[in-house]
Amino acid sequence: MSAPTGELALVDLLDRLLAGGVVLTGEITISLAEVDLVHVSLRALISSVSTLLEEGDAGA
Amino acid sequence: MTLTYLYAVVPAGAPVPAVLGVDAEEPRLVVAGALAAVVGSVAAERFDEAGLARALEDMRRLEELARAHHGVAAALAEHGPVAPVRLATVYRDDDGVHLLLRERAAEFAALLERLDACREWGVKVWLAAPRAARPEPATAANGRPGTDYLLRRRAAREAGTRRREHGAAVADRLHAELARIALADRVLAPQDPALSGRGEEMVLNATYLVRRSDEEAFSGAVAEASTAAGDEVAIVPTGPWPPFSFATVADG
Repeated sequence: MSAPTGELALVDLLDRLLAGGVVLTGEITISLAEVDLVHVSLRALISSVSTLLEEGDAGA
Repeated sequence: MTLTYLYAVVPAGAPVPAVLGVDAEEPRLVVAGALAAVVGSVAAERFDEAGLARALEDMRRLEELARAHHGVAAALAEHGPVAPVRLATVYRDDDGVHLLLRERAAEFAALLERLDACREWGVKVWLAAPRAARPEPATAANGRPGTDYLLRRRAAREAGTRRREHGAAVADRLHAELARIALADRVLAPQDPALSGRGEEMVLNATYLVRRSDEEAFSGAVAEASTAAGDEVAIVPTGPWPPFSFATVADG
């Protein structure tokens, strides 16, 4: 299934999903919560965004 | 073996969302009293601590997770109040979720009451990229190219400062106006240009909790500001969102 055009920008989604939502101490996420979830994910994002852009160019 | 992934809390009696969840599973409800938790049974190897850590470090997986999590919350929001839960909240089984609903019933009920009949709307403001400098018309009598160059440099610098001040003023005025209309507001961190794909300077990244009855006034204020701001400022609304940015309960 291909993504519809005009789908939500990932960056706008992550603004809300990583920094928003009711924060609960889920039983599995206890130690993940100690690491800053937002920073872990954004670091991953920023480091991989250039890779994605390159792949996108290659596929164009 | 499966774990219980928690998406959101809604009033008991809310319909089960007809979308697939973060592990392509069908979401279901765990009901306790007047509340229901919307959960999914997900594979332990992908959603235990190590699995989640891997997913959050992998942009493709993170995106799939985020879109699926949002999709469930958005489907719920079409039918009534929803208190979305932070991405990647996982319990060993339904018992943990039952306990949560029972222990924090009053907080969730108060939150759902506050969020009822509201939606979240985002507004982003960027300075537009400066127009390419027009080539200076060559003047025949111009015998001082060095001076002209310095004057042009200074003019460009001053224009940049003016643009920035104009953009900041537009953003401040707009935010004040929207915050007046909204039930609540939050200013988010400016987006990283690498993620937004926009090289311009972001001067506002805000989000608002707006009563449905005030949405017309809200979008009217955004449209009016866009018209008034001219082409030096780009005002970009997003939404409606499930009220992620306003789903907060007291710690404890």
